[in-house]
Amino acid sequence: MANDSKSSTGAAIAAEHLVRRFGEVTAVNDVSFRVEKGEIFGFLGPNGSGKTTVIKMLTGLLPLSGGSATVEGLDVRTNSEAVRERIGYMSQNFSLYFDLTVAENLEFYGRIYGLEPARLKRRIHEIVELNGLGPYMNRLSAQLSGGWKQRLALGCAMLHEPKLLFLDEPTAGIDPVARRQLWDLLFELSSHGITFFVTTHYMDEAERCSHVAYIYYGKLIADGAPEALRELPDVQPAGTERVEIITHDVTRALRLVREIRGVRSATIFGQSVHALMDESLNPEELRAQLLKGGVAVTEIRPLSASLEDVFVQLTYKHQALHEGAHE
Amino acid sequence: MSNIFRGFGAVFYKEALHVRRDAGTLFFSLTMPLLQMFLLGYGIDTNIRQINTVVYNADGRRESRELIDRLKNSDTFHIFRYVQNDHDLNDLIIAGKARVGIKIPVDYSDRLLHNMSAQVLVLIDGSDSSVAGQAINVTNAIGLDESLRRVLKDRAEFAVEMRPKLLFNPDSRSPNFFLPGLTAIMLLNVTTFLTAFSIVREKERGTLEQLFVTPVRPFGLLLGKLLPYLGIGFFELCLILFSMHFIFLVPIHGSVLLLAFLSLPYLFAALSLGILISSKAASQAEAMQLAFLPILPSVFFSGYIFPRETIPAILYPISYLIPATYFINITRGIILRGAGIRHLWTDGLALFIIGTLLLIIAARRFRNKVIMA
Repeated sequence: MANDSKSSTGAAIAAEHLVRRFGEVTAVNDVSFRVEKGEIFGFLGPNGSGKTTVIKMLTGLLPLSGGSATVEGLDVRTNSEAVRERIGYMSQNFSLYFDLTVAENLEFYGRIYGLEPARLKRRIHEIVELNGLGPYMNRLSAQLSGGWKQRLALGCAMLHEPKLLFLDEPTAGIDPVARRQLWDLLFELSSHGITFFVTTHYMDEAERCSHVAYIYYGKLIADGAPEALRELPDVQPAGTERVEIITHDVTRALRLVREIRGVRSATIFGQSVHALMDESLNPEELRAQLLKGGVAVTEIRPLSASLEDVFVQLTYKHQALHEGAHE
Repeated sequence: MSNIFRGFGAVFYKEALHVRRDAGTLFFSLTMPLLQMFLLGYGIDTNIRQINTVVYNADGRRESRELIDRLKNSDTFHIFRYVQNDHDLNDLIIAGKARVGIKIPVDYSDRLLHNMSAQVLVLIDGSDSSVAGQAINVTNAIGLDESLRRVLKDRAEFAVEMRPKLLFNPDSRSPNFFLPGLTAIMLLNVTTFLTAFSIVREKERGTLEQLFVTPVRPFGLLLGKLLPYLGIGFFELCLILFSMHFIFLVPIHGSVLLLAFLSLPYLFAALSLGILISSKAASQAEAMQLAFLPILPSVFFSGYIFPRETIPAILYPISYLIPATYFINITRGIILRGAGIRHLWTDGLALFIIGTLLLIIAARRFRNKVIMA
C-alpha cells in the first residue's frame, strides 16, 4: 500500500487531459491539473460547468472518455475501489440519515469503510473531540442546525482517516460563524498533511485556498496559486494598473469612469469603484475629470486584482476566443 | 478485499434502524393487508343469491303459485313485490329496484291443463352480466325441470342425470377463493412499495450519492437494503396465512413450507420491480405513483378477481408477464388444491426468470440513470 501511494510523483491528484462526453455534449474538455499533498485546492466554476462531473471522474463513478487521472497515486480507471477507500467525500446537502442519531450516523459510515470495532470507537472519540459533537451524540441528526449537520457530515467523511477529502460546496446555506469555523478546521487539518478538494461559489473562500482552478463550460481556464493568477498578463495586461476610487456617489462615478479614455473596465464594489486603466492615465487627471462631471472623489489608491477580477477577465477572454472560433 | 458484498452488514443494520424508527409505516403496511382481508373475506360474495325480483302474476291459480314457489326455493330470486300490470313491472326494473321481472300470463294454468305449451316472460336487467347469466340459467333450469316432470308424470327417472361435484372449494366460499389471491397482491404491494421508498428516500436525501463514493459494492448495497424488506415480506406472508387459516377458516391442503419456498422467487421479482421503480422516480411521491402501475394489471390480468379466461385474446399474453399470475396459481394450488412441487415448479421457474430479467433491467437503468447521471 505504502508503495502504491509513492509510486506516483507524490501528487494527491494528477489529472491529465480529462475528457468526458455525454452523447454529443462534451461536459469536460481536456482538463489537466495537479493537486499537491496538503494543499487546499479550490475548484470553482458556474453551475453546470463540469465541476461535479470532474469529481465523479476522480472518484471513479464516471468512466473517462479520454485522458487519465491518478488519485493518491492510484489510477482511477483501474483501481476505483482502492481510490474510494482512501478518500472522503462531503456533499453540499450533508448526506446524513436524518432519522438516525449522531452516533448512529458515525457508526454507520465507519462500518461502511470497514473499521474494526476498536478503531471505530477510537476514531469516533477523536472526531467528537475535534468538532465538539459530544453533547449531541444521541440526538437525531434531523434536529441539528445547519452548522452542526455540516460538522457531523465532515466527521462521517473523515472516520477512515482519508488523506484526501472532496468537499462539494461545503458551506452552501450555513451561517457565517459556522463557515469561518469550518475553514479554521480545514486549515488545521491541512497542516497535518490532509489534502482538500473544495468547490465553492464564495470568492472569499477561494481567496483562502492555496491553489485554485476555474472551470468554464468544460474548459479549465485558470489554474494556480491566487497570487500567481493575479499577476497573469490576461488579468493585469502590461501597461495597465488597477485602482480603487472611493466616492459617495458610486453609480454616477461608474457611469463617468466608463466614458473616460484609457479606462478598460470598471465595476462598483461597495462604496468604491474598481477600475482597470492604462498606466498613462494619471490619477490626478482622473480625479479632475470626475470632479468636472460633478463627482467628488475622496481617495484614489492602487489595488491588486481580486480573484473575482481574475475569473471575470479570463471568462471574457475565453468567450472572445470562443466566439472568434465560431465566426 | 474484493468481496462483492462489501458493505452489506453496515447497510443491513442501518436499514433495520430505519424500519424501527419509522414504526408507523411498518404498522400501516402490515395492517393494510389484514383490513383488505376482512373486506374481501367477509364483504364480498361472488355467489349470486337472492336477486331482487318482481312478479306480475296475471293468472293467480294454483299452477302459477307453484311456479312462483319453485323460483323462491331456488335461493336465486328474492321476490320482494307483486305488481298488477306491465307498466309497474317495467318501472321497477328501470328504477333499478328489481333486476328480474317475471310475468305469468293469464292463460298459464289453462294452457298447462290442455297440454299446451305455456310461456312465462322473464325480464332481466343485463347491465351486470354475471347476475343476468345466473338468472337465465336458473329460470331455464326451472322451466326445463317443470316441463320434464309434466311429461314424465313422476313415473320414471331422468334418462341422463349430470352429477356435478365441486372439488377443492365444495361450499364455494368466497374467502377460499379470494384470500390465496390476495396473498399475492399484498406481498407485491408491500415489498415493491417499501423497497422503492427505501431507495428513493436516499436519492432525495443525497445519501445514495454519498454511498457511491464509499467502497461499498453495489451488490452489498442492494442486498443490505433489500433483505430487511424481504424479511418484512416474509413476515407479512406468515401473518396473512395465519389469519387466513385461523380467522377465515380457509383450509390449507398443501405444504406451507413449499408455499414459503415458492414465495422467494415471487418476492425476488417484487423487490426487483421496486428497484426498477426507484431508478426512475426522483421523489417519494413519484415512487408512490409508479408503484401503483404494476398493481392494476396484477389485479385485473392475473386471475385474482376475474378469471383469466375472460381476458380478451389480444391482452391475454400480458397475463404471462405478470408475476402475480404465477404466484396466484401457486397459492391457490397449494392452499386449495393441495398441489406439490411437481405441479408448480414451472410457475416457480417463471417467477425466477421474470425476477432475474427485472433485476438486470433495473441494474442497468440504475447504473446509467442514477450512478452516472
